[in-house]
Amino acid sequence: MSAPIIEIDGITKSFGSFKVLDGLSMKVMPGEKLALIGPSGSGKTTILRILMTLERIDGGHIHVEGEQLYHVTRGDDLVPADERHLAKMRQKIGMVFQLFNLFPHKSVIDNVTLAPMLTKGVARAAAEKRAMELLDMVGMADKAKSMPSQLSGGQKQRVAIARALALSPKIMLFDEVTSALDPELVEEVLNVMRRLAEETDMTMLLVTHEMGFAHDFADRVLFFDRGRIVEEGKPDDIFRHPKQERTQTFLRKIIAAGHRV
Amino acid sequence: MEWDWNFVWQIMPTMLQGVKITIIATLLGSALAAVIGLVIALLRRSPNRIVSRSVGFAAEFIRGTPLLVQLYFIFYVLPDIGILLSPLVAGVIGLGLHYGTYTAEVYRAGIDNVPRGQWEAAKACNLGPTQTWTHIIMPQAIPPMIPALANYFIAMFKETPLLSAITVLELMNQAKSIANSNYRYIEPITLVGAFFLVISLCSVFLLRWLERRYGRIES
Repeated sequence: MSAPIIEIDGITKSFGSFKVLDGLSMKVMPGEKLALIGPSGSGKTTILRILMTLERIDGGHIHVEGEQLYHVTRGDDLVPADERHLAKMRQKIGMVFQLFNLFPHKSVIDNVTLAPMLTKGVARAAAEKRAMELLDMVGMADKAKSMPSQLSGGQKQRVAIARALALSPKIMLFDEVTSALDPELVEEVLNVMRRLAEETDMTMLLVTHEMGFAHDFADRVLFFDRGRIVEEGKPDDIFRHPKQERTQTFLRKIIAAGHRV
Repeated sequence: MEWDWNFVWQIMPTMLQGVKITIIATLLGSALAAVIGLVIALLRRSPNRIVSRSVGFAAEFIRGTPLLVQLYFIFYVLPDIGILLSPLVAGVIGLGLHYGTYTAEVYRAGIDNVPRGQWEAAKACNLGPTQTWTHIIMPQAIPPMIPALANYFIAMFKETPLLSAITVLELMNQAKSIANSNYRYIEPITLVGAFFLVISLCSVFLLRWLERRYGRIES
């Protein structure tokens, strides 16, 4: 059995007096596809944001590929990581956002080539070749010269996926990537993610309210409530035979709200 | 008193000299204000409280005192501590500093208008702080604020006659000296007004164009 790619150990995080994460621990194996579900405010998005270093943790430790994410050893001491260490660790991780966050002043292809050219010194020609492959994979090659404002939400999100893939991360974080989309545009984004899950061995963490997709996509489902993991297991076990009452209540509410399981 | 066209043509070369200095002072002052405004806006965002607070206080102080007083200070008081500046340099520094505190607010609003998601996407793309500023934030922040910046530069242009107080030979000062030595005011002062009006009108058209060109952000 190989070592976990992500190891989260007793992390805490508060926003003001609101404790979002309360001593959370979890492990993710390389290549694993994980779905994080739960009511809003349960801390699942915060975990992704912490892994992307968009939020700092208040306490605890995170290891990515065996290396501390937020700490470095200096002599015998463990001290908070500096920006250089964080930048190094960020190379392993990519993120796709709910609101796409494409760079609106750059064309589709420039959105995808920007980071490889700036952060890895890839030459323009090579970066564009790779970008076209990725855009082709997400079905957006014909829009390479378009500006983001000319795209639909689903198209924007597919470009955002290509942009995140351009840095070849080992871990991909998907934060409610279909929540801001019109219903008829959800499927095109989910299809891209299905292909990605089948064709790559990337580790993927997915925060979602699409229970049907989580069921098909994930190797393991974690149900969050109030900053803790209430229940985890195989998709069938969580969705068909939830053991915890809070999981049952949550799934009932979700189904009542019209989501397919 | 009658309008004398001969006198107008006679003083025209000197007046044009004044126009030239006025335009130079405005352009240099605008460039300086654009830079100083950016520096103030960035320093006010510094995580170091001492830096952000003291820069904020200095900016409020400059904005809260008259430009004329600042010009006197720069030109007549600074020499006491050994800083001797030519009139034009002192004038440009005064204009740049004073209007820089206004353009800083334009920059602040422009930067704040860039959605937080852009900062986060830049981080997720692993861009460094400088790359984030130069490739992501400023290219989005600056175009919408160009009309507001241009507005301040036109306002600055119309305040350049204040520079006559520190002996800069700009348009107003030339007109005054012509008037004083010839005992005729109507032609030189009218010409000052006419020059300012023509240049202002041109700038307004430029401003309208800038607003059309940059006024709207695409999201």
